[in-house]
Amino acid sequence: MDILNQLAETFFDWEAMGEVIPKMFAVGLPNTIVLAVVSGIIGTALGMLLALMGISRNAAARWVARIYTDILRGLPPVLTILVIGFGFGPIIRELTGSTSPYPMAIAALSLMSGAYIGEIFRSGIQSVDKGQLEATRALGFSYGSSMRLVVVPQGIRRVLPALVNQFIALIKESSLVFMLGLLATEREIFQIGKDAAANSGNLSPYVAAAIFYLALTIPLTHFVNWIDARMRAGRPEKKEPDEAAAVVGKGAQA
Amino acid sequence: MSEFASGTLTAKNIHLSFGSNHVLRGIDLHVEKGTTASVIGPSGSGKSTLLRVMNRLIEPDQGDILLDGRSVLKDNPDELRRRIGMVFQQFNLFPHKTVAENISLALRKLRGMSKEQARNEALAQLDLVGLKHKADSRPANLSGGQQQRVAIARALAMKPEVMFFDEATSALDPELVKGVLALMTDLAKGGMTMVVVTHEMGFSRNVSDVVTFMDAGVVVESGPPEQLFTDPRTERLQGFLSDVL
Repeated sequence: MDILNQLAETFFDWEAMGEVIPKMFAVGLPNTIVLAVVSGIIGTALGMLLALMGISRNAAARWVARIYTDILRGLPPVLTILVIGFGFGPIIRELTGSTSPYPMAIAALSLMSGAYIGEIFRSGIQSVDKGQLEATRALGFSYGSSMRLVVVPQGIRRVLPALVNQFIALIKESSLVFMLGLLATEREIFQIGKDAAANSGNLSPYVAAAIFYLALTIPLTHFVNWIDARMRAGRPEKKEPDEAAAVVGKGAQA
Repeated sequence: MSEFASGTLTAKNIHLSFGSNHVLRGIDLHVEKGTTASVIGPSGSGKSTLLRVMNRLIEPDQGDILLDGRSVLKDNPDELRRRIGMVFQQFNLFPHKTVAENISLALRKLRGMSKEQARNEALAQLDLVGLKHKADSRPANLSGGQQQRVAIARALAMKPEVMFFDEATSALDPELVKGVLALMTDLAKGGMTMVVVTHEMGFSRNVSDVVTFMDAGVVVESGPPEQLFTDPRTERLQGFLSDVL
């Protein structure tokens, strides 16, 4: 029983948890959400640009997209965040006078997720049947309009589940920005937990942080499954009035 | 009297290569205003490619394309394609749009119609192919035959001067072929200028004014259907007809 008690005290010290939870709501959660959402939006825009460059008829554009994607996807996130945070931080400080590493954290997360999202979009767009482009062009649309109005929207629809998965990864990766030494008001869920754990000598604040992450990621995971299932089955078709009438009629006869 | 603003289409000495593969080797095709030309021949003979060259989805290496006697090779290809409707073997409807939106998209974006105008025009075109009641369905909820009729309505909505049909019935279940062929026959009788690439020998023989037999990138024989089907002059056409009939 000693071992169980010890485990309970280490991981489920309610007092230590209770102390950290208000701070997680007030500071950690908003910061994690801001980091993930802002870099998710920038990453999506960057990803779309990279995808369009990746399938462009211009070889130089294709190469730029390829090299960027290979490098950013090939590096450990920790390394990218450190290099961008510490490498570009001083330059930004000189230009703007701001000492906050927060913008650098968002930049690093955006650049990384842009590379992944670019590949997701590219594969989606390329999976659209070639007949779609041909039919649109046959109506008299230019290549650009055909892509914009018909091909790209279908490609995006197809990769929505993968896109949400990427957003889940982004929420988790946002925990790595603690390495840039954020100001007290800028700390996200993980660092709040980490600080509290260091102060109390107890791991329960980490468990509290874990619960916060799961509360964000598990609903999103199920959202992915829902979109996926709906896309497989298609939107439920409205019953035609006469079919519905036929059902009523049979019921009346019975 | 024609119901359509039909044009005369002429292809002159068309050559096209994909790398070392010489797909079209000097094709001539003349389709008089208001008439139907069918193009028959074995798979890989270049029939479908010829259609794509004539509306410049693929640019020819050599040769000329004339609409109403005027060369169109110097025009903007997008504008040329607005004058030539095309129907595909695989329908190629836009699956993320409703049936009505499939038709109204080009009307709004290319013809500058308002949303309401374009929808009304789309509904009118759907009425002509007997599918007005499906206007708000998605293509995936339609049968193949219905999808192809929507594709025809989509092309007709642009008021084309010429219509291309690229094996329009080849992907259909046998019982659905008839409805699409009947619609194509109506168009032909209504005075539309049509180029029909087809494996339907009955349609070719009974509806078209001129039949062109292609093999290996050349026109082997061309003439009125009676002549080609009852009195084929070349061995290649005789062989082809004995294989398909």
